[in-house]
Parts: sequence; structure tokens; C-alpha cells
Amino acid sequence: MKLTKLLASTAVGAAIALGSVAANAKDLTIVSWGGAYTKSQVEAYHKPYIAKTGVNIKSEDYNGGIAEIKAQVEAGNVTWDIVDVELSDAIRACDEGLLETIDHSSLPAGTDGTPATEDFIEGTLYDCAVANIVWTTIYAYDKSKISGTVPTTMADFFDLAKFPGKRGLRKGAKVNLEFALIADGVPAKDVYSVLATPEGVDRAFAKLDTIKSEVVWWEAGAQPPQLLADGEVALTTAYNGRIFNAVAGEDKPFEIVWDGHVWDLDLWVIPKGAKNKDTALDFLKFSTETEQLAKQASYISYGPARKSSAPLVGKYHNKDIDMGPQMPTDPANLTNAVQNNFEFWADNADQLNERFNAWLAK
Amino acid sequence: MTDATIPSASLSTASQPLIAADGIPLKQKLARTTRRMKIRAFLLTVPLVLFLIISFVIPIGQMLYRSVHNPAGTNVVPNFAQAIQNWDGEGIPSEELIEIFVKDLALASRNREVGKTVGNLATRVNYELPGSRSLFTKTARKVRKLEEGPYTQALFDIDKRWNNPNLWFTLKRVTRDKTLSFYLAATDRKYDESGSIVMADELYQIYLPILRKTILLSALITALCFIIAYPVAYLLSTLPLRASNLLMILVLLPFWTSLLVRTSAWIAMLQKEGIVNNILVYLGFIAEEQRIQMIYNATGTVIAMVHILLPFMILPLYSVMKTIPPSYMRAARSMGASNTYAFTKVYFPQTVPGIAAGTLLVFILAIGYYITPALVGGSDGLLISNLIADHIKKTLNWSLGAALGTILLVVVLIFYWLYNRLVGVDNLKFG
Repeated sequence: MKLTKLLASTAVGAAIALGSVAANAKDLTIVSWGGAYTKSQVEAYHKPYIAKTGVNIKSEDYNGGIAEIKAQVEAGNVTWDIVDVELSDAIRACDEGLLETIDHSSLPAGTDGTPATEDFIEGTLYDCAVANIVWTTIYAYDKSKISGTVPTTMADFFDLAKFPGKRGLRKGAKVNLEFALIADGVPAKDVYSVLATPEGVDRAFAKLDTIKSEVVWWEAGAQPPQLLADGEVALTTAYNGRIFNAVAGEDKPFEIVWDGHVWDLDLWVIPKGAKNKDTALDFLKFSTETEQLAKQASYISYGPARKSSAPLVGKYHNKDIDMGPQMPTDPANLTNAVQNNFEFWADNADQLNERFNAWLAK
Repeated sequence: MTDATIPSASLSTASQPLIAADGIPLKQKLARTTRRMKIRAFLLTVPLVLFLIISFVIPIGQMLYRSVHNPAGTNVVPNFAQAIQNWDGEGIPSEELIEIFVKDLALASRNREVGKTVGNLATRVNYELPGSRSLFTKTARKVRKLEEGPYTQALFDIDKRWNNPNLWFTLKRVTRDKTLSFYLAATDRKYDESGSIVMADELYQIYLPILRKTILLSALITALCFIIAYPVAYLLSTLPLRASNLLMILVLLPFWTSLLVRTSAWIAMLQKEGIVNNILVYLGFIAEEQRIQMIYNATGTVIAMVHILLPFMILPLYSVMKTIPPSYMRAARSMGASNTYAFTKVYFPQTVPGIAAGTLLVFILAIGYYITPALVGGSDGLLISNLIADHIKKTLNWSLGAALGTILLVVVLIFYWLYNRLVGVDNLKFG
């Protein structure tokens, strides 16, 4: 009697568990960087996709890196279906077999009929990854707090005499070393060849030494606008979209300095063995269509990865601000800019981060 | 003869077994019952034993294993990994060996299985020879098209870095199944070009200094906790019930509050534009531009951690002090001892078990603390656990993380052993 009861309750429990698994199978888990950036994706990708397919989307935030993807794939329990990653991470994860490969010929053609492989900007399609945006790390300041001469060059960022006050920098070697060299007078195009030599690395760290005592280190993209707003720092590096959104969305008096910015890509990847692989792939194709990419650019100032999206980029979604000049890819913003060299960082990130951490702890 | 018969007779009566009602000897029955009880008692502890095995023994075993396990070579280039172990390590390997390498690499370049791709080997070699990651991925793409030899020349044509004896010498080492490299890295050491162990360049030394700092900061935190907790625990145990209850709530309330909330509260208190600085500026102690940096550095870590770990010192002290009858002190004083003398000779020695428990608890918690230093440590308040997390979460060098974790475990065990020698673990009293 007791036994049958036990069996029955176990069966019911199992049925409930199975039922919930079945329900989860319809949810698509999309992982991105949170804050204003995820919001732009929700508006431009998620909402139209839900309207079109009825798929339930679960949005998760993370701080970048491929640790979670690696852990999930190695444990054989992949709960993330599609993830927004940086280029160097996409390459490394792909090299280590952590991602599904993506057939480029299956991507939809641009609205003007150009096949996807030609429509995407060169260097934005990879074996396991499809770029959605071009973003960049710039530095910014609060106009209301700096009077008289304003900073205009990367050298100004490192000039404590001219612009006293704390500096915000992302905690890590990447981008900071490039900034240091540019500020030290290395032309943008030579940054990586200088950084590839031991003397170049020493030079970059020596330049960082000059402001080390004044640096506040940030880790999440949402932090720098907050640090600026709180007056914790006078100048801070930041992702350009975050500063733009603080200006356009929250009327903050921030100003971006474009000199010497280091631009990079964000790409969609699908972890190997994702539970909803097919839906994820469908979402990937949908979200990187000309129209969706252009729409995202009306919510945040990141450049679309498709050429055919550029002419469709108009104004900020609820304000009279032209988005074109806010893009990292706008010609005016590219006069002294560096493209992040993913190969250099794939090769040297381990060593340089070790040195960076040792430098930081001193 | 008679001598022998008497004992044998008495023996036979003694060995006559007592029989229970069902005909089974009583002794046997008793043994069976006690055995059954033992099994039942053991079964009751099974959940705990299983829990310990699953949550403690297996993970720690895995960590130890991962810190020496080095599967990249045997997984990615299995034939080469085996063949190169017989190579003498001089110059460039022979054409036959390089042919094996190229064929293995070409095969691996088509493999997309996790842990067996060229990327895995590239990452592993890159730990030892920074900058060689792309050499492997690039070469792997190209050797697929390589039909025939000479393979050595073909590799040199693909990239001249292959013509470097040190690269092959390193390859021999990293393709072994077990390695000590991660322990070397975790103690700021490395192999040099001749294969002997040397200290890493000073600019790259990080783990030993941070480990030293972690131990020092933990000791400082423990000492501060003790200084603050001792009087508080004394008051708790001697004040009248009403007052001591109120004090107890003040101790316990933060204890029950989420760690994150308490840490964030310290950020609000100590930051540049925070409450403490505002008050100091308002009262005129410091000028507006002289605001003190009290957080995002070691100071912040110490302040926040002392606060968070304080209850772990107060509670054991309190539970010991509560059991000390006040009459002892009165007796000492009535016999002419001064207050100080009575305290140092009568009261204090009786609180030692509580001190021992409290300091051990706080020190061990502090040495492995992660979240508070991560939030308020800034650049110079980071502890070894933050570096371990960095390797698990960011650089993905799990083996190095495991080696660091093992070292931390050993350090804690050494302190525990020292403690046992000095105080005696039997003297611990948690309550």
C-alpha cells in the first residue's frame, strides 16, 4: 500500500519535472552584456522576434568572457542558447571546440539583395560567430565639471597636471596598453607592432605608471557612466554606447573624446550542444537582418555589422539626435583609431594580464 | 591425572552455552543484535557521509587531479606526444618525428570535439611560450593541405618560428600526461630554456606576494577582530539580561544580514563622496579636496572584513565567558589580587578555549575570503582567492586555479597544524 503510494508520488513528481523541461524547451535563453546594451537588443531583436514566432525569450546578463560557456559545454548541460561575445573570445572558444559552426550561406541576404557574405563588413563573419555590432572603448568627461580647456586627445587622458582628478579604467590589460602607447605618441596604426616587443610593453606600463595612483578600476560596462555621474572620476574610459545612452536617455552632460579609440566587434555565438540550437540559429539569422541591425542603432550608438543597414540608420528612437556621427565607424571618428587585434590578444592576453595583475598589486 | 580432570570438568560447565528460548546460543544472538544496531547507526550517518563525499572529497580530489593533469598533448596529438618522449631534446627533432607531428596536427585540425581541438593544445603551449597560440592555429589550418614531405621544411615555410629548438623542447614537456608546470607558475617559477626551474621575471611575479599579503591581512583582521570582540563578549556575558539581550541583537542583526548588503553599506560609508568623508569635511577636519581614500584598497578590505567576521569571534568568546562563574574573580580579589592580576591569572586563562576557537575560525574564513575583497579591494586589497577566481572565470586556466587552490589548502592545513601544536585542538570551544 505504502509502496504504491510512494511509486505514484514519484511518478507524479517525475511527470512534473518532465513537464517543466518541456516548457523550458520553448524558452530561448539569450545572454548579453546587460544595461542599455541589452535594452537595445530587446527593442530591436527580441520584441520583433517574439511577435513573429511566439517564442518565449529569457534574457540573461553577464560580464563577458567564455568561462560560463566552457563550464556548460564541458559539463554537458548547456543552458545558454545564444551569447553575445567579444571577438577574441569568439575566436578562442571556436578554436577550442566550444561553439557550433555557422554556415554563412544560410544567412539572409540584405534588403538590397546583396548576399550576406558580401553585405557583412569585412572581418565580421567567422566560422562560429556572426557579428552584430561594432563598438568601441573611448574616454569621456563631465562637461559641467571641466571648465576652460577640455581634453581632446588620448595624451590629455594621461596628463594629470593639465586635467587633475581621478581616472576610470577597465580592470585588465586589454585596451589600456593600447591607450597608453597612443598617449605616448605611437601612431594608431603602429600600436600592435610596438606592443609586440618587450620594450613596447615596458613603455605602455611606464605610461600607465604615471596615472596609476589616480585610477579607479571598473569591470562592468554600466559602471563608468555611474562613476562620472557620482563625481568619483574626472575622466573615464567607457564603451561609447553607454556614455551615449547616459547623454541621450538620462540627459547627462557627458562628452566623448574619440581620439585613439580602440574598436572591436560583438558577435553572436551558439554554445555547442545548446538545448534550443535550431531556434537560436533562427534568432541569429533574424536579428542580423538589415532591418533589425539598423533598428538597434536607433537605441544605442553601436555601428551595425551590415553595410546595407548603414543608410537606414536615422535618429535616436525618441529624440532628435542623428545617430550617424555617434557611430564608432563614422569617418570623422576614425581619424586616429585602432581596431582591436584579436590575434595579438589571443596570443598575449595570458602573459600581459599576469603582468598587469602583478603591476596592479604593487 | 586428577589435576587435569578437575579443570576440564569446570571448563565443560563454563563452555556449556546459554541457550535462548528459540534454541540459538545467547552469545550469537547478542552479537547479531549489536551488529544490527551498528548497521542501523551507520545507515543513519549515510546521508552525511554521502554528502561529504559528494560535496567535499570528490571536488577536492578533482582539484588535486586537475592541478597536475595535462591532457592537451595526448588528446590532440596522441602519436606525437608518445614519440617525442624518446627524443633527446637537442636541436630540431628528426624528419620522422616531425612527420608524425604534422599528420597528428592535420587530423586534429578537423576535430571539433571539446578538449581535442588544436585550440586546446595551442592554449596549453601558450601558457609556457606566450605568443605561440596563433602559431599552432595558423599552422593547423595550413598542414591540412600538406600531402607529402619533407615536412620539416614545410613547417619552416609556414612559419619560421618552428625553427626554434626551445619550442620543440617545450613541446616535449607539455605533451606529457602529468605536469608540475602549474605548481611552478603558482609559485612564480618557470622552466628556462635548459629545462631547469628558475624564478619568473620580477615584473611577472604575483602569486607569492599576494599569498604573503593574504596571510598578513588575515592575521591583521583576526587580531583586530579579537581586540574588538573581547570586551564586547565580556559585556555580553556579564551585563544584566535586558541590556545583554539588546547587545546580543546588535551583534546578531548584522550577522543575519546578507553579506552583499553589508559590503555595499561599507561602500556607501567609506567612498570619497560617502558618509564618513562628508562628516569629516563638514566638521572641518579635512578640506574638500583632501577626501580620504578609504575604500577600493587594502584599508577597505580590512575594515569590511573585520566587521563581517566579528560575530565569528564574539560568539565563541561569549559562550566560553558565560560559563565562567563571577565568584572566581570575586574570590581572587577577596584574597588580595589586584584587578589586573585577577584578570590575567584567573579570568583570562579560562577564556583561552574561546579565543582559540574564535581566532582559528576568523583566520581560516579570512584567508579564503572572496566576495568582500572583490568588491572593495580595488587594486591592492585583493587576496589570493580573487586570483583563483580570475583563473577560473576569466583566463580559463583552470589547472593554474587548481594549483593555487591546492596551495591555499596546504597553507590552511599548516596553520591548523601549528595551531594544534600551540593551543591544542582539544582546547577549542565553539560553544
